[in-house]
Amino acid sequence: MESPLSGITTPHHSSNAGASNAGASNAGAFDAERVRGDFPILRQKVNGQPLVYLDNAATSQKPQAVMDAMQHYYAADNANIHRGVHTLSIRATDAYEGARGKVQQFLGARRPEEIVFVRSATEAVNLVANTWGRANLKPGDEVLITVMEHHSNIVPWQMICEQTGAVLRVAPINNDGEVLLDEFERLLKPGKTRIVSVAHVSNALGTINPVREMVRLAHQGGAIILLCGAQAAPHMAVDVCSLGCDFYVVSGHKMYGPTGIGALYGRYDILNAMPPYQGGGDMILSVTFEKTTYNCVPYKFEAGTPNIAGTIGLGAAVDYLRSIGMSAIAAWEHELLDYGTRALRDIPGVRLIGTAKDKAAVLSFLVGDIHPHDVGTILDQQGIAIRTGHHCAQPVMDRFGVAATARASFAFYNTKQEIDALAAGIRKAIEVFGT
Amino acid sequence: MTDLQDLYQELILDHNKRPRNFGTIDHPDCHAQGFNPLCGDRVDIFLMLSGGLIRDVRFEGKGCAISTASASIMTDAVKGKTIEQARALFEKFHDLLTLSSDAPIDADGLGKLAAFSGVRQYPARVKCATLAWHTLNAALNNQAQTISTE
Repeated sequence: MESPLSGITTPHHSSNAGASNAGASNAGAFDAERVRGDFPILRQKVNGQPLVYLDNAATSQKPQAVMDAMQHYYAADNANIHRGVHTLSIRATDAYEGARGKVQQFLGARRPEEIVFVRSATEAVNLVANTWGRANLKPGDEVLITVMEHHSNIVPWQMICEQTGAVLRVAPINNDGEVLLDEFERLLKPGKTRIVSVAHVSNALGTINPVREMVRLAHQGGAIILLCGAQAAPHMAVDVCSLGCDFYVVSGHKMYGPTGIGALYGRYDILNAMPPYQGGGDMILSVTFEKTTYNCVPYKFEAGTPNIAGTIGLGAAVDYLRSIGMSAIAAWEHELLDYGTRALRDIPGVRLIGTAKDKAAVLSFLVGDIHPHDVGTILDQQGIAIRTGHHCAQPVMDRFGVAATARASFAFYNTKQEIDALAAGIRKAIEVFGT
Repeated sequence: MTDLQDLYQELILDHNKRPRNFGTIDHPDCHAQGFNPLCGDRVDIFLMLSGGLIRDVRFEGKGCAISTASASIMTDAVKGKTIEQARALFEKFHDLLTLSSDAPIDADGLGKLAAFSGVRQYPARVKCATLAWHTLNAALNNQAQTISTE
């Protein structure tokens, strides 16, 4: 989508995205300190210590540019979109549809109509399960997922299977947290498996799935495939055309945008053939009590006044990410992952859960027999924010025989010093518990 | 920085490591299961009663240091007490955890339970400390269903 470390050089990127161009400042070296300046929330102390925010897989922090874009919308352009003849409505519509174009380009979709705005990645999966699923799944058909899915990529499929008589199949993983591709292929039954839905990146383990191969196998077996990019799109370049997937879903707040906004990419011909999702305003062409004609894609899936400010915020987040450059972000986060993995492995008693060869910057771990919540509280006392628990992925916790893990998940604004603080914090937990 | 020793007092760490009255009771008079869906913590409380007295109480479960130690110390505290005394103790214990952090601590009659006074500085952990007590309450009320902190 953009050449590595070139964010500052193109006119598009140097426009008003508001980023510090940390990735472009010095080829090969990412200036995380500089980019931190774009995130006001990071300039604070928590429990008397500088905030070390390592809960990015739960939600990312927001750059000033995102907050400014939303503030500007409410302060200057607020109006309802579509069909308005007055100036503010036209401005609001332009900003809303402009964001669609930004997300389209960010994901590499062919046309803007292939982007449907929803309120979350969860809603995007539910939309596909409910509309595509209801129209296409018959008793005995199969839906294939993997053991490492987030509950949001399990439960919607369980629900639609219950309603249609289709059967949910689950591809297993190995002890490193990698999908067993042989098993995945064996579970893909031509004529029976209708849809495959897998995480591009696992939120609980950090595994980057071999999605290109999974897309190829799914298509070879005659199934379509949805990739959940909630944990991927904020951290690496994504091109849906090159991946070849049929659906791709993203979460706004995990990619430095606001909460309450997400996007569904769907291949145009598939979206076009799908029945609408919710009924209401904006999703219709004409309504009489006898018959309603539905609007075209993407509007037939966007009933009601949408989250206009959130969508504009997401557009600003995409601009911001492009100004830094996804390749520069991916390279820096990989460096953080390597550094963090070594730092945690150096601590006696720390066990990493999720050791795939291909990983995003997520470290799920256990500290001896100290419960993850106790680890989380002790780290919080040192200003370090991590997540503890089952990470909405109980089946994968079961797979590893644990009830919960502690999880540190990184963003491009994290530094190696923060990882040092994490390691020191874990050693402190061990000291408190005397293990 | 709040002193972590306020939360993780020796007594709590000890009961976490070596929980007292840990295990099940065959054919209990009352039993209830408590669950904290936020963290997956689970506790089972088993009771033997006679003449309004808690003759025996045991627990089993999986949880963090605060919830394990709380269950352990609770079983010690209510064994031999009347049901009314146990309920009154829960009320007092609950106050200890939820009063505002600058309110004076009234540890009178709480005994070892006073070790949990530091929890009130950690609102996210109050439910860890009360899970066993809510479950005890449910067992005393003979509620068969799983109770939840949410």
